[in-house]
Amino acid sequence: MERFLIIGSGPAAISAIETIRGKGSKVEITLLSEEPYIPYSRPLISYLLAGKIEEERLFYKGRDFYERYGVKAFLEEPAVEVNIREGIVYSTKGRKFTYDKLLIAAGGKPIIPAVEGKELKGVFTFTTLNDAKNIAKYLEVEKAERVLIVGGGLIGLKATEALLEWNLNITLVELADRILSLTLDKKASNILQWRLEKESVKVITSNTVQEIRGQKKVEEVSLRSGEILPCDMLIFAIGVAPSVSFLRESGVEINRGIIVNEKMETNIPNIYAAGDVVEIKNIISGKNQPIAIWPNATEGGKVAGANMLGEDKFYPGTFPMNSVEVCGIPTISMGLTEPEGNDYEVFSKEEGINYRKVILRDNRVVGAVFVGNIERAGIFCGLIKDHLDVSPFKSRLLDDDFGLIYLPREYRKRKIEEAIGL
Amino acid sequence: MPLSTIFPEFKIIRDKEKCIACQVCVRQCAFEAHIYDPEKDEVYSDDSKCVGCHRCEALCPTDALNIIKYPFDIKDNKNWTPGILNDIYRQAESGAIILTGMGCDKDYPIYWDRILLNASQVTNPSIDPLREPMELRTFIGRKPRYVEVERSQERDTVKVKTQLPPQLRLETPIMFSAMSYGSISFNACQALARAAEEIGTYYNTGEGGLHPDLYKFGANTIVQVASGRFGVHPDYLNAGAAIEIKIGQGAKPGIGGHLPGEKVTEEISRTRMIPTGTDALSPAPHHDIYSIEDLRQLIYALKEATEYKKPVGVKIAAVHNVAAIATGIARAGADFITIDGLRGGTGAAPQVIRDNVGIPIELAIAVVDSRLREEGIREEVSLIAAGGFRKSSDVIKAIALGADAVYIGTAALAAMGCHVCQKCYTGKCNWGIATQDPYLSKRLNPNIAARRLVNLINAWSKELKEMLGGMGINAIESLRGNREHLRGVGLEEWELRLLGIKPAGEGW
Amino acid sequence: MKRIYIHEEYCIGCRLCEIHCIAQHSRSKKLIKAFKEEFPRPLPRLVVEESGYISFALQCRHCEDAPCLSACLTGAMYRDEKTKAVLHDKDKCVGCWMCIMVCPFGVIKRDENNKIVSKCDLCNGEEVPACVANCPNEALEYR
Ligand SMILES: Cc1cc2nc3c(=O)[nH]c(=O)nc-3n(C[C@H](O)[C@H](O)[C@H](O)COP(=O)(O)OP(=O)(O)OC[C@H]3O[C@@H](n4cnc5c(N)ncnc54)[C@H](O)[C@@H]3O)c2cc1C
Ligand code: SF4
Ligand code: SF4
Repeated sequence: MERFLIIGSGPAAISAIETIRGKGSKVEITLLSEEPYIPYSRPLISYLLAGKIEEERLFYKGRDFYERYGVKAFLEEPAVEVNIREGIVYSTKGRKFTYDKLLIAAGGKPIIPAVEGKELKGVFTFTTLNDAKNIAKYLEVEKAERVLIVGGGLIGLKATEALLEWNLNITLVELADRILSLTLDKKASNILQWRLEKESVKVITSNTVQEIRGQKKVEEVSLRSGEILPCDMLIFAIGVAPSVSFLRESGVEINRGIIVNEKMETNIPNIYAAGDVVEIKNIISGKNQPIAIWPNATEGGKVAGANMLGEDKFYPGTFPMNSVEVCGIPTISMGLTEPEGNDYEVFSKEEGINYRKVILRDNRVVGAVFVGNIERAGIFCGLIKDHLDVSPFKSRLLDDDFGLIYLPREYRKRKIEEAIGL
Repeated sequence: MPLSTIFPEFKIIRDKEKCIACQVCVRQCAFEAHIYDPEKDEVYSDDSKCVGCHRCEALCPTDALNIIKYPFDIKDNKNWTPGILNDIYRQAESGAIILTGMGCDKDYPIYWDRILLNASQVTNPSIDPLREPMELRTFIGRKPRYVEVERSQERDTVKVKTQLPPQLRLETPIMFSAMSYGSISFNACQALARAAEEIGTYYNTGEGGLHPDLYKFGANTIVQVASGRFGVHPDYLNAGAAIEIKIGQGAKPGIGGHLPGEKVTEEISRTRMIPTGTDALSPAPHHDIYSIEDLRQLIYALKEATEYKKPVGVKIAAVHNVAAIATGIARAGADFITIDGLRGGTGAAPQVIRDNVGIPIELAIAVVDSRLREEGIREEVSLIAAGGFRKSSDVIKAIALGADAVYIGTAALAAMGCHVCQKCYTGKCNWGIATQDPYLSKRLNPNIAARRLVNLINAWSKELKEMLGGMGINAIESLRGNREHLRGVGLEEWELRLLGIKPAGEGW
Repeated sequence: MKRIYIHEEYCIGCRLCEIHCIAQHSRSKKLIKAFKEEFPRPLPRLVVEESGYISFALQCRHCEDAPCLSACLTGAMYRDEKTKAVLHDKDKCVGCWMCIMVCPFGVIKRDENNKIVSKCDLCNGEEVPACVANCPNEALEYR
């Protein structure tokens, strides 16, 4: 029987497994996981930390996922080396795993900057279930009250939002001149920052942590600006990097992430990769880059799984997008949100906290921002994907009733037919 | 604005307990009789706008609406009725002719309701149409006086030697009368065409030409040539199975037609071959027809144009001298004559004409049939009756009086949803039938409408068979002009004489 | 699978589909009660789009390759094994709006009262979904 080996247990791995078994394949599947847990949804850790959901809800695929899907899983046993010539993966426990086909779905690791004091107690990252549990424990045991969150990106904000439920004194430090600078445009960033400040979150921009000080645990930090902030806890949320260290010597081609083609194949035959660990084609810029979002992981995993079975599936790529809600203000952003240069046409509309913006290039939608009113945002996601010429109806893009009705009838019909597989 | 004395015709009763302010009525009423108040989240109504089409009532999901006659109680007066007064008020305010749609709605006698059918008892057996063959098939067209047959010796078969004039073959003696694209929507035309095809009968284009998308139904189409000659060209003439020259119409004998420019949309302009937005005026007479001889010329011109392959007929309104005119038409070479009675419908007519001109179709059929027989030319022409046929018994009585087949108009519209509100001329038909407004016309789904038309005609045909069977007749042809099967009740001597029927109670 | 087909040329914009969808997803399933006594009123699980004389009702297409399924972080969005419908489990949903972000038809709604989403469930096993059953003009078809 063919032996599939999978490294990682995130959504890329899960969707590959679901695809493989969904097609009725009985191949042997072995999985190496760094996590001590059965598969869980990482994005839900902020809901857990906020006390909005029980831990059980994180295990979104059910407790018996590995049994149901016939997966031999090795928990807390990360891969440390891949030998492509022999087709062997070595684990931390020194065990050897042979494979006929290998899927690398190792995701990303939080980046921790090289600052003094980063090993002190009370310094955390925020990506895993254990991170969330450790933070909660620390808050309880150490009675921490002043929290510094480093990084005003998606994860930083998720952490902030969760910790707001704990009634803490929160400071957010962001290197750029505004929060969520990589995903939102200026106006949307400002709306969210205003909202955070209304909740008494102190937002410091264009600044970062220089040094963390304390005896055994964090007591204060100094910022690049020279400012000293007393604090009981610090969370690094300055981004994730593809977790590829164990592949450095393997011969698998890596840039920032693993390089794959549209079939999710690496340069090495029989080795596939998907999710946060790869560089995927950004269909707006045309360039490959890691796009660390959930849908990219599931889609990539699906294609990798099918191709591992010998099918001929393609994943044409995606683009950055995200949905973040801050203190009851939902936002959705996709593609280019603050483009530079004259090649763009920008439409925007603002009414109170409701804000919408659509960005066109050559009459094609290449980006959009929604704050407050996010209804039907997905239509724009479709327009970006389909590269549709919107010139006939571009004056309507921001209308309250904008919908499929304004799209060319033929396109609308085809879209509906395609969705149902006609 | 000075006080208007016009009072509403209808009252909209809204049950507040049931109304959920869903605004279906607001969206459905093209006359804007329902209004939504967003402040109170309530819907209210304006009785004066209601035309009584009952669209809202039909669509209201909670049955909260009920449209009733407006209770306008003036002092009892047989002469000055509320209706008469309202017309006076209207004209006093507008100074205009009152327009209306559909057929005459006045209280003239409906002879169908005073004629009774016969049935077999003892001396001749009745026939059960479920067990025995029953023929409704009807041919329209000139019939030869006699038929020469040739017997072939070897195979013992018979062949008709006489060259038969062109005929229309109807599987049931009911056709859809002329309703032009323009007066009714494309969807309505399409539904009629599809139903005619499915049933094996014919629909009539009316004077509006033939939309390119409907050419495929040509084998079930009668194309009309009217005084405006809209959309008439060789392809059009040849597209149909027969041609009908329209001289007059029962709802408005002696006057022409007028399709206002707003209704002449691009599609209609193409079909009618007139510029978009211009009024489509049908003159009162054909300006090339001032005598039977002129008519003969047109009939033969059309026969020439279609190589004598199609029956050519003439449609007239039933007027006082109808019998003499009909024989003239027969002698002018028409293959069929269509007579449209007093109650014939229309998309738009002056009310005064509609309600006061012409004669009832029952009398017209009888006198025309009698006259043609007297002159010995009954076989040379088929007689199609139209104008107010409401049910299968009307149809069978018309055939027994002497008609070959009938046209139904209003009944067909009703099958499609028409509630006979008579507002066809406004172009705002809420049922999507008599309108060119795309927002309204899509309300008529031709799939549903065609299905309903087919159902209606099938139901009537079954009833025709039942009635025929009861009379002991197994083919509709044997009933044609067989007035012995009819008896009159509550009719005067002169009426019986003209109808050519005996009073009820009198035997053979 | 059995699906709802849209014939926009016959949609008359009456919104009866929407009204009956609301009732169907109310507690009582009774029109008058749902509108007059149940608050907050359930959201319709479809949108009626209108522009000029054109209109159509649009509800979840139950996509073969559903973007919402790939985007859902919680497993709340799932495909029913038997019917193949894309359904939503409100007990699992956390209201992250990822699905709203990717649904190209824009037919997932935010249920602000419950902080979850709401979408077409094909009336959960009804023989004919309420919108189709109550369309007066056969502009919606279930087959
Ligand atoms: C707090 C948080 C909130 C988020 N919110 C959103 C959101 O709202 N929307 C969104 O689109 N995305 C969100 N994301 C991102 C999303 O979770 C990722 O894009 C997604 O999880 C990537 O899936 P993956 O399978 O590629 O990798 P991961 O989910 O990172 O899974 C990789 C797995 O591989 C394991 N692993 C790593 N190295 C090894 C090794 N050497 N051997 C064995 N196992 C290894 C890891 O432990 C991990 O279990 C969020 C992420 C976090 C942390
Ligand atoms: S919700 Fe949207 S994306 Fe999901 S199946 Fe339905 S139409 Fe497709
Ligand atoms: S809002 Fe609910 S259904 Fe939608 S993606 Fe998030 S958890 Fe899934």
